[in-house]
Amino acid sequence: MPFIPHTEDDTREMLAAIGASSIDDLFDEIPPQLLIKSLDGVPTGLSEMEISRLMHQRAAQDGAPLCFIGAGAYEHHIPQAVWDIATRGEYYSAYTPYQAEASQGTLQTIYEYQTMITELTGLDVSNASLYDGASGLAEASLMAVRSNRKAKSGRILLAPGVNPNYEKVAVAIAGHQNITFERLPMNGSTGNAADKLDAGREPVALVIQQPSFPGTLEDVDRLTDWAHERGALVIAVVNPLSLALLKAPGSWGTRGADIAVGEGQPLGVPLSSGGPYFGFMTCRQEHVRQMPGRIVGRTTDLDDNPGFTLTLQAREQHIRRSKATSNICTNQGLMVTAATIYMSLLGFEGLRKVALRAQQNTALLVRQLTALPGVQRLYEGPHFHEVAISLDRPVAAVLQELARRNILGGYDLGNALLVCATETKTAADIDHYVDAMRDILAKQD
Amino acid sequence: MIELPGDLLYTEEHEWLRREDDGSVTIGITDHAQAALGDLVYVELPEVGQELDSGGDMAVVESVKAASDVYSPIAGVVEEVNESLADDPEIINGDPYGSGWIVRLRPSEKINEDELLSPIAYQELLDEEDA
Repeated sequence: MPFIPHTEDDTREMLAAIGASSIDDLFDEIPPQLLIKSLDGVPTGLSEMEISRLMHQRAAQDGAPLCFIGAGAYEHHIPQAVWDIATRGEYYSAYTPYQAEASQGTLQTIYEYQTMITELTGLDVSNASLYDGASGLAEASLMAVRSNRKAKSGRILLAPGVNPNYEKVAVAIAGHQNITFERLPMNGSTGNAADKLDAGREPVALVIQQPSFPGTLEDVDRLTDWAHERGALVIAVVNPLSLALLKAPGSWGTRGADIAVGEGQPLGVPLSSGGPYFGFMTCRQEHVRQMPGRIVGRTTDLDDNPGFTLTLQAREQHIRRSKATSNICTNQGLMVTAATIYMSLLGFEGLRKVALRAQQNTALLVRQLTALPGVQRLYEGPHFHEVAISLDRPVAAVLQELARRNILGGYDLGNALLVCATETKTAADIDHYVDAMRDILAKQD
Repeated sequence: MIELPGDLLYTEEHEWLRREDDGSVTIGITDHAQAALGDLVYVELPEVGQELDSGGDMAVVESVKAASDVYSPIAGVVEEVNESLADDPEIINGDPYGSGWIVRLRPSEKINEDELLSPIAYQELLDEEDA
């Protein structure tokens, strides 16, 4: 479906019809002193050739470093076919054409995406995606408050391993709606939730991130049952790739998590300086009326032919107005298309191989790093593809030294270094990193 | 033909009330309301024990084309909700004044019948809306 903008003739005709002589006339009622004529520091427009040159120059400044940073966004190999297909004219749009009679292909793609994400998370229903993982947690928290009407405290408990940046976003979005976020205490040796926990008064939900932000594997069964026994819902924050190896949120504990959200970037979306990415969200059937965002459903038309359409729209703002479940009505259609193609190309077995290789590479990196003097793991226990390493000196200085050698050595946790080696790293890459680290640690002694 | 039982009271928001012998009040939506909404797919019910203000949100009825609030015509405490609507909301379409009742309230103040509509007054309201 092509996008056809107004021609100058169209604009002139429309202005004539309402008796305005120019588009600026439409803004006449705004007092002139409120109009800004130019913005300081914002340059004038550039031509396509100029902007292309500028962006290539800026991109080159990154210098293609060897990347061992994860902390929520991960470098993965993306098969060439993913973006070759996703950027076809039929798909390539910043906006999702929802009109069922004109958009069967797009709607079917989203439906397939929803099916794959529900299979990965082991839950019943998926929406058509959210902005990113962090806003996904905020939406899940709001959804839990709506869904768990018996708990009136507005208190959302966070397991110690929840990404601190996700917490900040959740507080910014939901914090002004009488919702509070409280961290559960941590066991210092495992990095996971402490053995003895106090839920306090009427907790709405418990958020469990798996793997945790510092890379540990939380006892999700214990925490899920603990929360459910206290009347709280369970919100799982998960890395979708890890679900090829780890237990699906729908199988956590006796009853399974209620809502799962996470960052979809690992599924075929490039790092590209932080976005655009997409958030995914799935839930148990009983919570579907409280789920934000679009949902695509499969149905049959008058002639019994299968077709796809948006469903359960009565929750949404164009029908429910101010009482809508959420005012998130946009999804990340193009990113979801790429993720759907990525998952289709790899299949479950392919995803499992990628996840396994990333886990093994990280294990190899950690084994070699912790053989160096003064380097050890911050927390004991199993891990997926990320591990916190403590050094005998300030992390920031070491990272700077590594950056000088064109290595992004990891994410600075303050007291430790969070390292990640995905399937993109070879044994030689890992050796190169470990050699550089050995050299830097020896020099500064 | 819209059905309009003579022993009920009505509201301008198309709800009906039945005063029960034990002093409680049963509330639902009228035949006209269910017909206007079409096939219901979901009913969001209040909780037993919940205190409702007169005119406050009591329930939400959702059809394939719209979701509408049902307001409490009187102040009271929820004594019973029609749990069978959770699995089978279409009961309202089939029997809006009987098995399709939504909530039974214990009124927290004397009911002012002047603020409610008699069957005749409600019929006039419907006639005006049609006109």
